[in-house]
Amino acid sequence: MTATATSTPPAEASAPTQLTMAGALNAALRDAMSVDDRVVVYGEDVGPLGGVFRVTDGLHAAFGDDRIWDSPLAESGIIGTAIGMAMYGMRPVVEMQFDAFSYPAFEQMVSHVAKMRNRTKGRVTLPMVVRIPCAGAIGGVEHHSDSSESYWASTPGLTVVMPSNPADAYSMLREAIDSDDPVVFMEPKSRYWSKAPLALPVTTAPMDRAEVVREGTDVTLIGYGPTVRTALEAAEAAAAEGLSIEVVDLRSLSPFDDATVGASVRKTSRAAVIHEAAQFGGYGAEVAARVTERNFHHLAAPVLRIAGFDIPYPSPKLEEYHLPTADRVLAALDTWEWDA
Amino acid sequence: MSLNVEHAPVRTLPSEKPLRLLDNAGHAITGAATGGFELPDTDTLLELYRKMVVARRFDVQVTALTKQGRLATYPSAYGQEACEIGAVSALTADDWLFPTYRDSIALLTRGIEPADILTSFRGDWHNGYDQHVHRTAAQATPLATQALHAVGLSHAARLRRDPIVALSFLGDGATSEGDAHEAFNFAAVWQTPTVFVVQNNQFAISVPLERQTRAATLADKAVGYGMPGFHVDGNDIAAMYAVTRAAVDRARDGGGPTLIEGVTYRIEAHTNSDDPTRYRTARDVEHWKRRDPIERLEKYLVSEGALTEAMRTEIADAAEQLAARTRDVMTSEAELDPLELFDHVYGRQRPALLEQRAALEAEIAAGAFASHQGAAR
Repeated sequence: MTATATSTPPAEASAPTQLTMAGALNAALRDAMSVDDRVVVYGEDVGPLGGVFRVTDGLHAAFGDDRIWDSPLAESGIIGTAIGMAMYGMRPVVEMQFDAFSYPAFEQMVSHVAKMRNRTKGRVTLPMVVRIPCAGAIGGVEHHSDSSESYWASTPGLTVVMPSNPADAYSMLREAIDSDDPVVFMEPKSRYWSKAPLALPVTTAPMDRAEVVREGTDVTLIGYGPTVRTALEAAEAAAAEGLSIEVVDLRSLSPFDDATVGASVRKTSRAAVIHEAAQFGGYGAEVAARVTERNFHHLAAPVLRIAGFDIPYPSPKLEEYHLPTADRVLAALDTWEWDA
Repeated sequence: MSLNVEHAPVRTLPSEKPLRLLDNAGHAITGAATGGFELPDTDTLLELYRKMVVARRFDVQVTALTKQGRLATYPSAYGQEACEIGAVSALTADDWLFPTYRDSIALLTRGIEPADILTSFRGDWHNGYDQHVHRTAAQATPLATQALHAVGLSHAARLRRDPIVALSFLGDGATSEGDAHEAFNFAAVWQTPTVFVVQNNQFAISVPLERQTRAATLADKAVGYGMPGFHVDGNDIAAMYAVTRAAVDRARDGGGPTLIEGVTYRIEAHTNSDDPTRYRTARDVEHWKRRDPIERLEKYLVSEGALTEAMRTEIADAAEQLAARTRDVMTSEAELDPLELFDHVYGRQRPALLEQRAALEAEIAAGAFASHQGAAR
């Protein structure tokens, strides 16, 4: 078997075509599997069906049962076996199907995936990617719309990233597969069908970097995954009222890009973070604390959090009341003393 | 070789009586009771005997050191030597072992140095040996989790067409965990070259087997997954070795996984902080001491004239030398580098961790830990 240590993109870039995020992820998997035969893909329904979101569409036909296959229905089993496969030199990319389905695998994730390098003083590394379709706003019934990112992000040893657009989805997944450290790759379900003109292969910023996706001078809105769109909507609406909003897409939740976020906050002197997960103890608490600790004297107002309510994710007919909206973002910004 | 699995149902009911090749008096068993397994040759049995004697001396030494406060904890395998060593000795050096916290003597049998085996129990670092060199995973503390790693690794080896078998130890209590079920099921569905050895030592800390399962034997569990299960006298190393060897060979030949239950007994406490008098009687312990795995094989080898007095002396000397080496390394303070705490969390170093590392370095330089000998550099 020939194994290629690093992925090299196909020589010819394709002409730009409209591509969904699901399509970009599919292309990233296909390209990674083509250049490195250590990459294997498995999980529930990822084979002939192509995944419940069709992210693995066509891959089984292209690569066969030794490279991509349906596993028994057991998330701890998927993660646990991926650990063993990675120990043997494979680069497994496994799927959890839905965020809340990953909870049976929690022990394998925190006790072994996150700690293996540390336990063994770097002798055993786990180059594996755990894809987790995440968050809500798709009308899913219970256990299909959770935001579990804080559980993973607060676990030392895990790298946790979440793209918000097709280009990042492609580039970050390729980088995650090439990473020698395990990566929790969270895919916002509500963005799977978002489209962008893309010429593949595309390489965006490194996946541990945040990106300023809209320039502004008055406020920094910090979002990730599904809430980047919310932040951009809020910025658009605010512009009509003469408020200049800068939007930062975190992209990586762990590590946190203090430099990019800090530079933006020092420019605007006001910051708010938006996420779907419950506010209490949520990822926004970490963002607010870090931004405050490092930029206090540059801040004109407290860092705000616009988050989901502190409730279990609601049923589909009620989810619109729970999710942070652009209106809620603007209303939150109005709570600041703007003259201070 | 195609990895497409034949979906023929497997119907192998484990024997109700534990399979054995030597009875408790050291007599070889013949006939149908052996289940078709053959007593290993004398040279093999002598080697297994030597390993058991050395391992027991090691175990006794480490328990003593633990009582002297040299180790934070030590889960003894006294009485389980036949299970541990019989199973591990059936592996080649290229095969992989996935041990639990109680399997230190199995690591010893794999050729790992005492200081490296005991790194974790002394409290120096979580794991002390090179997994790839010894083909032995880090000892797992969470129950049954390592069984899935064994399935994954052996499946990867099979995809690569490497003739590698992975053996995972589990305890009786671990068979109640969800991961044990998932490991057995994945292995059977994928037909991985995996051997599961359940050391049924009767107690999960204080909880007896009858509170753990309603199954007649733990080997019975294999049937539901569609793989062979063997119910073996875990104090008979000849049987443990022969059955495991057959399972390893079968796995290597593409025959899929096997579940082996070795029925044994933990003579010592769960760990040094346990009080076994609260959950079992002295009579029980005495009963099992009379079924000692080392004495059983010794009786056989002596009756066969295979174990001479000179050999016994030589083996005892080797065991004493190992015990002395273990005492020496465990009574000298290891050099620890607290800054290494940050070195193995990620392959790609993070700015935030480098900041924390620098902060600790400054604290150490300022003498903040001066009173802790061994902690400061």
